[in-house]
Amino acid sequence: MSDVISRAVTPTTSPREPAASHAAATAIAASAGTGGEDVPPSAIQGSAIGDRIYSTLIWAFAVCVPILLALIAIEIFVAGWPALHQFGFKFLTSSAWDPVHGQFGAAPAIYGTLVSSVIALLLATPLAIGVSVFLSEFAPPWLRQPVAFFVDLLAAIPSVVYGLWGIFVLLPVLRLGVMPFLQQTLHLKVIPLFAGPAYGPSMLGAGLILAIMVLPYIASVSREVLIAVPRAQREAALALGATKWEMIWGAVLPFAKSGIIGGIILGLGRALGETMAVTMVIGNRAQISASLFAPGYTMASLIANEFSEASGDLHLSALMAVGFVLFVITIIVNAVARWLVWSVSRGAEGSA
Amino acid sequence: MSTSALSFTARTAATLGRRRAVNYVMVGVIIALTVLATLPLIVIAFYLLKFGLGSVKWHFFTNMPKPVGESGGGMANAILGTGLLVGVASLIGLPIGIGAGLYLAEHRGTTLANAVRFLSDVLNGLPSIVMGIFAWQFLVRPLGHFSAWAGGVALGAMMIPMVARTTEEMVRLVPVSLREAALALGYARWRTSLTVVLRTASAGIVTGALVAIARIAGETAPLLFTAFGNQFWSTSLNQPIAALPLQIYTYALSPYDEWHAQAWAGALVLIALIFVISLIARFATRGQFGGGSGD
Repeated sequence: MSDVISRAVTPTTSPREPAASHAAATAIAASAGTGGEDVPPSAIQGSAIGDRIYSTLIWAFAVCVPILLALIAIEIFVAGWPALHQFGFKFLTSSAWDPVHGQFGAAPAIYGTLVSSVIALLLATPLAIGVSVFLSEFAPPWLRQPVAFFVDLLAAIPSVVYGLWGIFVLLPVLRLGVMPFLQQTLHLKVIPLFAGPAYGPSMLGAGLILAIMVLPYIASVSREVLIAVPRAQREAALALGATKWEMIWGAVLPFAKSGIIGGIILGLGRALGETMAVTMVIGNRAQISASLFAPGYTMASLIANEFSEASGDLHLSALMAVGFVLFVITIIVNAVARWLVWSVSRGAEGSA
Repeated sequence: MSTSALSFTARTAATLGRRRAVNYVMVGVIIALTVLATLPLIVIAFYLLKFGLGSVKWHFFTNMPKPVGESGGGMANAILGTGLLVGVASLIGLPIGIGAGLYLAEHRGTTLANAVRFLSDVLNGLPSIVMGIFAWQFLVRPLGHFSAWAGGVALGAMMIPMVARTTEEMVRLVPVSLREAALALGYARWRTSLTVVLRTASAGIVTGALVAIARIAGETAPLLFTAFGNQFWSTSLNQPIAALPLQIYTYALSPYDEWHAQAWAGALVLIALIFVISLIARFATRGQFGGGSGD
């Protein structure tokens, strides 16, 4: 548990340490350079050259990261430019994705991406918060590690394995069990959300798979911020006579709120860009349908599904443009999430 | 007077009863949610073993993929391909990632370090399919053919931010006194960093590297348009190459039951591979810095 806390707070702890080491290092280096009598001058010169090579080298490696990101942005933007240029703003709003007639609008894919991600978050968030609250407030110590391990392990399963499981286990269950149950037994067919034929490959299937896939990300962030809530916060609520649940609801969750929201947005970032599992269960059709039982597309699945058989330069460029839109959206979402989590861990440290 | 006091106690008793009831219900809800959250892993593991175990035979590891109708097909080329791709990715991702991590740890607080740290996190959240089309545009399109190189570069680029961040955290756990002791003995700064600091943090860095390898080994999306897949035995990095995740994807979408069984077997092998790497990663840090659990 202590290492979890340290992991949550490390980015901001003890800012003085490295500065001190830096100062100490320069001081020692300086004294070695001037006062050291036994050290031959050539050795000192050698170490100075070594230091320069070393610091240049790690500087070069560090600079690779911004360069790589810029390169990705430029390459994809340049490749997508012909389509963006030809269709302009309509590229985002038009729902006509028709490679045969050279019409490309990304709206169905953007819609599908948002809907499947929202389903995923609606399903995963309560589970993630539930399991995190259990781990931070109720779980006996012997149960804590295994439960956290079981949830965390979900993040280690490759996307394609989720897809495989989705095709052969989840979709049949949806087609034969859940969908008929909702439509016939509960008579929800009249609601557009659950209308239409139940094939299996669907927006609902994609949302369910995504929910399982983002669960570990939301859960691990929630767990860390909940554990970082100061003890005094809990004890104060209990001292006022609150029940355990009132303590959680009134004192713990509000304290951790923005951190949990950060975790949810981090999960959103994962869900938006998830490719293989979604491609395998969503049905891959460029349409906007109100029904969750209808097949659809997400931006990532559109690229994965059509890229290798793109029917021409414009088609390829349109797919690249979709990739660029996805790139921009995920960067914004991730930046917001990082900022939220960061501000919470800083706040927790300040008051602890 | 006494009656109002009585009704007051009665009222508080009733409220307390309700509050207690809410408490019990909500505790029940939380436990139910916890059970529900641990369920997916159990269900997925169950089906992996149920469908996959029957097809994982010895020839699965030694034979090549066979056409539909012929029994005894395997994924030897895909296993080799995944190994080669991970190797290329590590050659690119590990040095750059570790170097960048060292920079982040040693130059904390500078503008560049803050920017690199933030951009690493951004890069980490980048969808893998975006990395795939980038590698295609950057390497496959100009060269005119798919290649293992392109796939390895895409995976290596994904490793950089992961390795950089774990390296930074591990290096920062090294006590400053160690560094100062080395410097006081007359070590140059670069030798201090490489032989004292990096060596002290090595177990943690190895763990971080293995975790990153475990993550990219299962990636499919960056390989779709780069490594592309290959039905034949190929060790050339200039040619398209097979990979386990790609093979699983192709077989899962095929209409043949035999191939579906192969896909399940492939999934089981892939998961086992990732699990073994993760376990080694856990053991690598055992006894150092309190176990480095998580991830």
